[in-house]
Amino acid sequence: MKRFFRESAAIVQVELIKLVRDPTEIISRAVQPLLWLVVFGQVLAQVRGIQTGQLSYLAFITPGILAQSVLFSAIFYGIAIIWERDLGVVHKLLVSPALRISLVFGKAVAAGFRGILQAVVIYLIALVMHVSLRLDPLAIFAVLVSVMLGSGIFATFSLVIACIVKTRERFMGIGQLLTMPMFFASNAIYPLEIMPGWLRFIAQINPLTYLIDALRGLMITGGESVHGYATDFTVMFAVFGVLLFIAVKLYPTLAE
Amino acid sequence: MPDRFAIETSELTRRFGNLTAVDHIALRVPYGEIFGLLGANGAGKSTVIKMLTTLLSPTSGTADVGGFDIIRSPADVRRRIGYVSQLLSADGALTGYENLRLSAKLYDIPATERKERIENALEFMGLVDSADKLVRTYSGGMIRRLELAQAMLHRPAILFLDEPTIGLDPVARHTVWDRLIDLRRNHGMTVLITTHDMEEAEALCDNLAILHRGNISVVGKPAELRAGLGEGANMDDVFVHYAGGSIQESGTFREIVQNRRTAHRLG
Ligand SMILES: Nc1ncnc2c1ncn2[C@@H]1O[C@H](COP(=O)(O)OP(=O)(O)O)[C@@H](O)[C@H]1O
Ligand SMILES: [Mg+2]
Repeated sequence: MKRFFRESAAIVQVELIKLVRDPTEIISRAVQPLLWLVVFGQVLAQVRGIQTGQLSYLAFITPGILAQSVLFSAIFYGIAIIWERDLGVVHKLLVSPALRISLVFGKAVAAGFRGILQAVVIYLIALVMHVSLRLDPLAIFAVLVSVMLGSGIFATFSLVIACIVKTRERFMGIGQLLTMPMFFASNAIYPLEIMPGWLRFIAQINPLTYLIDALRGLMITGGESVHGYATDFTVMFAVFGVLLFIAVKLYPTLAE
Repeated sequence: MPDRFAIETSELTRRFGNLTAVDHIALRVPYGEIFGLLGANGAGKSTVIKMLTTLLSPTSGTADVGGFDIIRSPADVRRRIGYVSQLLSADGALTGYENLRLSAKLYDIPATERKERIENALEFMGLVDSADKLVRTYSGGMIRRLELAQAMLHRPAILFLDEPTIGLDPVARHTVWDRLIDLRRNHGMTVLITTHDMEEAEALCDNLAILHRGNISVVGKPAELRAGLGEGANMDDVFVHYAGGSIQESGTFREIVQNRRTAHRLG
């Protein structure tokens, strides 16, 4: 167990060094949520076309946009893994005696820190736009946990896809094919109740929905988790566990 | 005497679909030798190394490395080996020191010894002055030396080097050779090195095996192999004779691209 933590921490450390050394990516990733909240959110709020109960439309989509940026920035890990494969970094990690689960888990945690940076950016935008955020420490802590977990899920998912497709070109194709539908087939920008039945079904098996559901209750004053936090976190931990298991099995095939 | 050989393979075989990349090979490498695995592109050298380093599982057959079975005890094998891949695997976004620190942690070198070991390795490889520079600013020769430093940090009994001098200029190449000879002499390290460079084979290796389309066509000392072909034969003649054709025999497209990319990064 100690070994698992030491090895994972070593992976997290190098990922964080790289992140800090090259912050352009973090900055460029802040642009998209800004567009969604400032342009899309405000315009649709004017239209009043979507019933979001007692929450303003902007408040309603803020957690959805946070989850979206968690999803999009975590998907980046698959491409990074393919790079590392082409460069031989993966081979070097895999000949070391480190537990395979440490190597994968380290990546997931590093993605979590990336997600937290996204959360900071979105909190700032939301505050400027007068979204009424819950700022009590417990709520913020729970948001951080959710963001770490969500990032871990999508980073691991992305790693699994990378292990299957193995080339950057194919990954880009599949990545596009999966992320946008995952976003639209979720409760990010409209509530589950207004979806047609088939879409609601997809949304309900989409892990992103549970992340957003938890975030909506935890981030927004007066927001609530429709499924309940217990369900949200159980689903997220279970999905993460399953993906981690698959990723640990597939990761070594990258060196073949 | 199970432990007399650092590497001992038996019927080691790997297929990729219909292609038999490595075909029932038997190899024995005694401890303390620099052993060369030669062959044209696509002969199966990297596939052999990947199996011996536990990166790739054999289709059939097996091997002992450092006294442990690669299939049954891969973790024990990994603790006893170092590996430098054909690709340039040092992380360009990190400094030399940071690359080494990552290895030290993954190989569980105790925290109290970490710094000293890293410094010794840097010194041995002549990289002390560049330790805090980003690896992407290194020359090809420096990257290779850093990779060697990473691969030997945990003092492995056996070092696997896959075409370690491909694309290096003669000076950088000789520096790598010197370091390897030093490692063998002063640390008794066993080295398995692949190359298609006959000069390298002759300068470095105690024994050679020449691989041709997944089969070992001959094993012996460089001088013996030359003598075997008659008076005046040089190592290139040996290669042409046993490796079936020219040194330039090409591999797959992907390999050529990869080699070219490696060569390009090496500048
Ligand atoms: N992962 C793989 N999938 C399919 N074929 C492969 C793979 N790796 C190697 N090969 C094939 O196996 C043969 C031996 O390759 P390799 O061991 O890389 O040769 P060498 O290192 O001697 O140049 C080549 O024909 C190569 O195309
Ligand atoms: Mg090769």
